[in-house]
Amino acid sequence: MSVNIIKLKIDGVEVTVPEGTAILKAAKDSGIIIPTLCNLEGLTAYGGCRLCLVEVSGTPKLFPACSTPVGPNMEITTQSDKLKEYRKMAVQMLLAERTHICSVCVADDHCELQAMANQLGVDHVMFERNWSQDEIDSTHDFLVIDRNRCILCTRCIRVCDQIEGVHTLDLKLRGKDSQVIMDLDEHWGNSCSCTSCRKCAKVCPVGAIYIEGEPIEHTKKRDIAEFIVERRNRR
Amino acid sequence: MEKECKVARTGCIGTCSVGPAVLVEPGDYLYQSVTPDKVREIVRDHIVLGLPVKDMLYKNEAYFQKQHRLVLRNAGKIDPSRIQDYISAGGYSALAKCLATMTPQGVIYEVVTSGLRGRGGAGFPTGQKWSLVARSHNTPKYIVANLDEGDPGVFANRTLAEADPHAIIEGMLIAAYAIGAEKGYIYIRSEYPLAIQTLQKAIAQAKAMSLLGEKILETSFKFDLELRFGAGAFVAGEETAILASVEGRRAMPRPRPPYPANSGLWQKPTLIQNVETLANIPLIVQNGGHWFSKTGTPKCTGTKCFSLTGKISNPGLIEVPMGITLREVVFDIGGGVPDGKKFKAVLVGGPSGGCLPETLLEIPIDYDSLTKVGAIMGSGGIVVIDEDSCMVDTARFFTEFCVDESCGKCTPCRAGLARLKEVFDKITHGQGEMSDIATLEKSGVYIRDASLCGLGQTAPNPVITTLRYFKDEYVKHIVEKQCVAGKCFKTRDEEELE
Ligand SMILES: Cc1cc2nc3c(=O)[nH]c(=O)nc-3n(C[C@H](O)[C@H](O)[C@H](O)COP(=O)(O)O)c2cc1C
Ligand code: FES
Repeated sequence: MSVNIIKLKIDGVEVTVPEGTAILKAAKDSGIIIPTLCNLEGLTAYGGCRLCLVEVSGTPKLFPACSTPVGPNMEITTQSDKLKEYRKMAVQMLLAERTHICSVCVADDHCELQAMANQLGVDHVMFERNWSQDEIDSTHDFLVIDRNRCILCTRCIRVCDQIEGVHTLDLKLRGKDSQVIMDLDEHWGNSCSCTSCRKCAKVCPVGAIYIEGEPIEHTKKRDIAEFIVERRNRR
Repeated sequence: MEKECKVARTGCIGTCSVGPAVLVEPGDYLYQSVTPDKVREIVRDHIVLGLPVKDMLYKNEAYFQKQHRLVLRNAGKIDPSRIQDYISAGGYSALAKCLATMTPQGVIYEVVTSGLRGRGGAGFPTGQKWSLVARSHNTPKYIVANLDEGDPGVFANRTLAEADPHAIIEGMLIAAYAIGAEKGYIYIRSEYPLAIQTLQKAIAQAKAMSLLGEKILETSFKFDLELRFGAGAFVAGEETAILASVEGRRAMPRPRPPYPANSGLWQKPTLIQNVETLANIPLIVQNGGHWFSKTGTPKCTGTKCFSLTGKISNPGLIEVPMGITLREVVFDIGGGVPDGKKFKAVLVGGPSGGCLPETLLEIPIDYDSLTKVGAIMGSGGIVVIDEDSCMVDTARFFTEFCVDESCGKCTPCRAGLARLKEVFDKITHGQGEMSDIATLEKSGVYIRDASLCGLGQTAPNPVITTLRYFKDEYVKHIVEKQCVAGKCFKTRDEEELE
């Protein structure tokens, strides 16, 4: 099947990509990095965190770059005062939602949420913080989940389903009560489907899932999904 | 003297304040608030002697005068459990006309000409949606009729299904013929047992008469129909969430594109349509798109059903032509606010609608005018609010509803709405600061602009509109610690007691 190659503009730069490429990828190919949290190369797009919203000329609507395909002659803006304001707002809402204290977090200095806050210049949180106090599940031999640090990006769920292929992880409840669970809400140590493959910990952008006793810089290998997909394709 | 008369159960006629109602034909005599004793009187005087019991008749002429009943044409008039009744009221003749004399393109042409727009809330032109699905070469194609109706205080779709199920089925059949679908689902919430039962019976009867299944009306056209049950989540009515739910997954919306018209159920082209939209279709086919477009306004044709609730004298289900003013609906049909209380606001569009003040009552009801003032058509919920209610508390209440109903996928809707609710709690417990108003405004606009689906995109409407039209109440709460309606500033213990 032949794919149409189309032209469009991202931040004023002319870009040529196959039709249907996600805006995020088209931008990255020409060196323009759009902030993301829930997206991870190698996994399906989710469109949940809303960090990657961009403006498309001709409509007042904002579009998630990770899951919106490019169209011919689109003119896309990835940086503007409004977008910056909105990205800061999203980060503040995430920081206020549960318990995020960098100084006592395993992922300190290796956390994408922290890095995003720094990068965007989030210097305060305009909302009351919600110090959630969910029990930490350390029943697994070495995998630990602290849901107080979870930002519900579902990368762990997607990597478990799409790459490892077991779908141990999923969500329960909805809205602010949503939680990542194992099997039918078992303690991790009791999960009969978990293969202990560690991919969830590697792709978790924050300190919610980590590996007991392993140096954090070793654990947080976010390109694992992309790496596996590439190797599989090569084979 | 012996007289024969038929007694039949019908669907609701929409006069909720005076039920149960009994209609005696011929002559359209509507009796209100009927009790077993009163039935005796009606039978003796009206049926046997031919003398209508005047003082029991429904007297509120105005309630029906300004209505225009197209979708609810048969509601309260036919027995929904008998397909024969629907057929003798002209039912399925539009389908016969389609199959015998019209091409699929011809049907779509009439729907485009009619100007019909989706009644599920967004108001997307129906004919255009049909052309999109029809144009796709990808098969099979599917139809999903949306009967989730998750908004509290809204009961139009339920009433339609309970009163005239075949109108929905016929609409689906015609749509299926037009777009080339062979399989359809009606997605209905489990909390509607009578509607489910009525639809199941209707589907069985239609199958028995070869109006569903193979060789419909002895043509090569085939269409199969099934019910799918929702488990009571507001967000499940959102079109991409419905798709997930019908496929057996968690009802969570996904980003569009791809639109369901291109990639819907099992990645196949899918037409998702509200049941009220579908019930209009047989009339359009029967009388022509041009005929339909004469009702309503040029850009917004036809009628719309509204569920009238709140502080209103005549609550109920009404159907009015598009373009009617809010004042006519609230005061002429609805009878205004009861008990001599003063009108304060009207919430148009359900829990994520806009709260409009008296000064905006002259605006016509159509998609664009409502959007301009911060409200939405939504699923047609109209809640009248009187002087006894506090607008800050009202906005808090509806925000709380959306917090509970958020699916949790996107940050603005999940994490943002919950923050709004906390700010409201602060204000209504006397700890508000003036900076909270700016926080509400800023975050409300952000949630509206950045959310993934319509739930988050509309959830801040009550906040944004009450801040726009009733800001003085917010200021009073924050500066003077006063609530004009005496609702707020209760201690947590007092709230528990309530
Ligand atoms: C949170 C949310 C809830 C919705 N609930 C319903 C519903 O209960 N019934 C409905 O017909 N449409 C509902 N919709 C609108 C649907 O997404 C969709 O637009 C509609 O069913 C399309 O049909 P129409 O073109 O006939 O209006 C909802 C949308 C959102 C965002
Ligand atoms: S990266 Fe696009 S929404 Fe999260």
